[in-house]
Amino acid sequence: MPRVVELLLLLVILTSFIVLGTTRLSACIRAVAVQGLLLGLLPLALYPGGSLHIWGLAGGTVLLKGVILPRFLRWAIREAAVRREVEPRVGFALSLLVGVVAVAAAFAISRILPLPERERAMLVPVALATVIIGLFVLTTRSKAVLQVVGYLILENGVYLFGLTHVERVPFLVEVGVLLDVFVAVFIMGIVVFHINREFDSLDSTRLTELTD
Amino acid sequence: MKWSVVVSLAMLFVIAPLLPGIAAKTRARLTGRRGAPVLQPYRDLARLWRKGAVYSRDTSRVFRFAPIVLVATAAFAASLVPLDGQRAMLSFSGDFVAFAYLLALGRFLLVLAALDTGSSFEGMGASREVTVAAFAEPALFLAFVALVLATGNLSLGGALGGPLSQAWPGAVPALAMVTVSLFLVLLAEGSRVPVDDPATHLELTMIHEVMVLDHSGPDFAMILYGHALKLALFGSLLVGTLIPRAALTAPLAIAVLALGLVVVAVAVGIVESVMARLRLNRVPQFLTAASALAALGVILLLVG
Amino acid sequence: MLLLALIAVPALAAVIAYARRTPQWRATWLIVGALLHLALVTVAWVVPPLPLFKGWLALDSLGLIVLTTVSALFAVVGFYAVGYLRRESPRGGRAFASYLLAFLAAASLVAVSHHFAVLWVGLEATTLAVAPLIYHRHDRRSLEAVWKYLVISSVGIALALLGVFFLATAQAGAPSARPLVLEDLITDAARLQPAWLKAAFIFLLVGFGTKMGLAPMHTWKPDTYGEAPSLVGGLMAGALTSCAFLGLARITQVAVAADIAPFVQPLLLGFGLLSLVVAAAFLVGQTDLKRLLAYSSVEHMGLLAIGLGLGGVGAYGAVLHMINNAFVKGLLFLAVGNVLLPARDGTPPGVSGVLHRAPVSGFLLLIGLFAVTGSPPFGPFLSEFAILSAAFHGGHYWIAATVLGLLAVIFVSLGARVLGAVYGAAAPTGARESAWLAAAPVVLALVVLGLGVFIPRPLFQALAAAAGTLGGWAP
Repeated sequence: MPRVVELLLLLVILTSFIVLGTTRLSACIRAVAVQGLLLGLLPLALYPGGSLHIWGLAGGTVLLKGVILPRFLRWAIREAAVRREVEPRVGFALSLLVGVVAVAAAFAISRILPLPERERAMLVPVALATVIIGLFVLTTRSKAVLQVVGYLILENGVYLFGLTHVERVPFLVEVGVLLDVFVAVFIMGIVVFHINREFDSLDSTRLTELTD
Repeated sequence: MKWSVVVSLAMLFVIAPLLPGIAAKTRARLTGRRGAPVLQPYRDLARLWRKGAVYSRDTSRVFRFAPIVLVATAAFAASLVPLDGQRAMLSFSGDFVAFAYLLALGRFLLVLAALDTGSSFEGMGASREVTVAAFAEPALFLAFVALVLATGNLSLGGALGGPLSQAWPGAVPALAMVTVSLFLVLLAEGSRVPVDDPATHLELTMIHEVMVLDHSGPDFAMILYGHALKLALFGSLLVGTLIPRAALTAPLAIAVLALGLVVVAVAVGIVESVMARLRLNRVPQFLTAASALAALGVILLLVG
Repeated sequence: MLLLALIAVPALAAVIAYARRTPQWRATWLIVGALLHLALVTVAWVVPPLPLFKGWLALDSLGLIVLTTVSALFAVVGFYAVGYLRRESPRGGRAFASYLLAFLAAASLVAVSHHFAVLWVGLEATTLAVAPLIYHRHDRRSLEAVWKYLVISSVGIALALLGVFFLATAQAGAPSARPLVLEDLITDAARLQPAWLKAAFIFLLVGFGTKMGLAPMHTWKPDTYGEAPSLVGGLMAGALTSCAFLGLARITQVAVAADIAPFVQPLLLGFGLLSLVVAAAFLVGQTDLKRLLAYSSVEHMGLLAIGLGLGGVGAYGAVLHMINNAFVKGLLFLAVGNVLLPARDGTPPGVSGVLHRAPVSGFLLLIGLFAVTGSPPFGPFLSEFAILSAAFHGGHYWIAATVLGLLAVIFVSLGARVLGAVYGAAAPTGARESAWLAAAPVVLALVVLGLGVFIPRPLFQALAAAAGTLGGWAP
């Protein structure tokens, strides 16, 4: 169902843009949750036929990326009197522009590389764009939990790319990857919680004691 | 000249003041009030027209010209839009630039008139209005570029007419984003929430209203009408993009346009009742998001 | 079967150690797990195990070398950890042994997997297993260190995953093969899509390089090694980097087989030289002992990359250097750990005159200094010599000269700091040396000395085979 796939991929880009442009922390987390949901629906749209493998992957992704991880992140920032505003090092308008440039660049780069079949042809540029946007969010946001959000977006981009190969990268591996991401974000969440408690803020620009 | 073009233009001119009325009524209903009647703007216009105008001693001819120019440019711009679904009254290659800049000319004169009064309120409103316009312009042009790319036709009359219905099936995501972007631009250019709240009473929070504070009587009526006409124009752009009417017969197409405009007004009313006005320094962000959406649509059309 | 046991035994020991209530039992399980693992590895040398799961898990010479290095280092560090835990009485010491054993299990997974995605999973698992160990002291500085480590490592690992997927795309043109399995990638190397393969190499280089600590992705190293407990630092510098190096070596094997060596060699050389330059620059005037060792680790990772990039004897030298580096770093970190155990920071005058205060550790620091800078008769001399001779043979005179110059600078900087710590006026602070804690680094020093004098025949054969797959040969 190429139409549905295109629509889902477009929504993925839009959720990335929401993370780039919004001022509210909870909106960022919610956007990443929606992105996880979309990513879970994609295997079902890409490979209609619904083998157990596909359903399992879809279900696991939706559960993990759409529900568990965002809820955990919200728990991690709940404690302190943290300002629920994003305070980026690069302004919002500029971030949005960078996002657009990233999408354009991703489409341009995908022209050079030989792509798979027509239906999955849009997966590659969207995946690359999501990776770039994730990296951008991770490096330009000073709040620790937003860096985790950036990492999640980065992982989502990599996962998107992996969807071009569902039959080549078998089930066990995908489970392993999902699990690793889960544990990674879990640990990061715990550290964020500790940062919150220790510094009474989530601002990672405060983490400057160690230096040469 | 096909009669349908004339009739549709006339319909637009007549319907224009209805749209702010519908939006206000929708907003009132959704917030638990009864609200003013839908036809209230017509009564306002009639009332204002009967009154005499008062001019400050410090103003010049610009102040008197501005409302007339506003209405004239808006009417002229209306002739560029294919209102009956197939052709516009006036159409030439690149006329979307003319469309944008005719409306900008009207706004420019209004800004001059505001500065002419020498009052600080109007000046503040004028600078805000110009800022919003500056950010809305790239979004509008990117949306136009997307339409041009989708239909291969460099004129509004062509782009919104026949070729668009063929372009839609192949480019749904891109055109959907262009539609959303146009809606956001409509909110900005029409001075609606979340950019500007038409129901606010405080001058310091106004953008458009405060700019025209000094106008009275027929001048003010013309300004209100011109603004409503601008809203209707953007609405017809939106309806034209969303629903290509080339295959419909002329009366049906005009009826669909009228209905579409009403729906747009209701949508504006809904948006006004669920959202609050944005802080002024967030408005550029909002409009950059609209530009980003339109840019995304352009990119998708370029590669798709 | 043996391959599964190599992973399962430490994992099981980790779970049991966590369930135990008393510290003594946990320490026991740590040692039991380490020794069992070492025994299994010895068996693997004698009786080569068969591949499992359609070749996903297999043990070739390169994997066996890495596995042995990790296992041996872990065993020694495990012994040290027992004494360390007893002395430090750490908060949250409950899971310390478990995380260590989990790390061993994950490292074993990396060493035995011939499927790139499984290798990735293992490497990510090692990353995560070490994180709580870094945060052991639960203070501000270690919090900052673990945060930086997590963010940078996770980004690197995510990019490595993207590289793995690129590799799968490159293999799409060879449909009969098993996807992402090393053997099939090598046999079908000619049919791999070159553009995707090159992109895969770049991303895997950046990703694995981040875990190794190649410049410019090394920025997490000084903070992490500086704040983690010394034995954790030693384990990371010795075992974790070896696992990451294995990942890099695997993709190099594929690249060599696919004939894009001219593309990958400049990349490896570039990153390697950059690492050397950065290490030399930051070592000058470095006062903190553990950060000093971190930059030294960056330097040696650079040497490994250069060895891989030069090919020929350089490949042999790189693998041999990986072994030497692991043991030397273990030695140094444990010795520094002994020195710093009483004191709280590593800057002078807290640390000086160590030779008077803790003679064994001071002497070991001296040995470590000479070993890590590549002096004979220690092991690193042989491996660095091999890498340099590869540079000369290949006609890369400029590279050889630069490397030599930078090594000299590093020798001076390291020597200045370590000699200043070992000699000099004795500091009043400091407790007595514990025999248990001093024993572990002594064993490592003996190994380092041994490897410099004599390389056992089986090891030499394994090294030669490994070098062969990397496009090189043994001297």
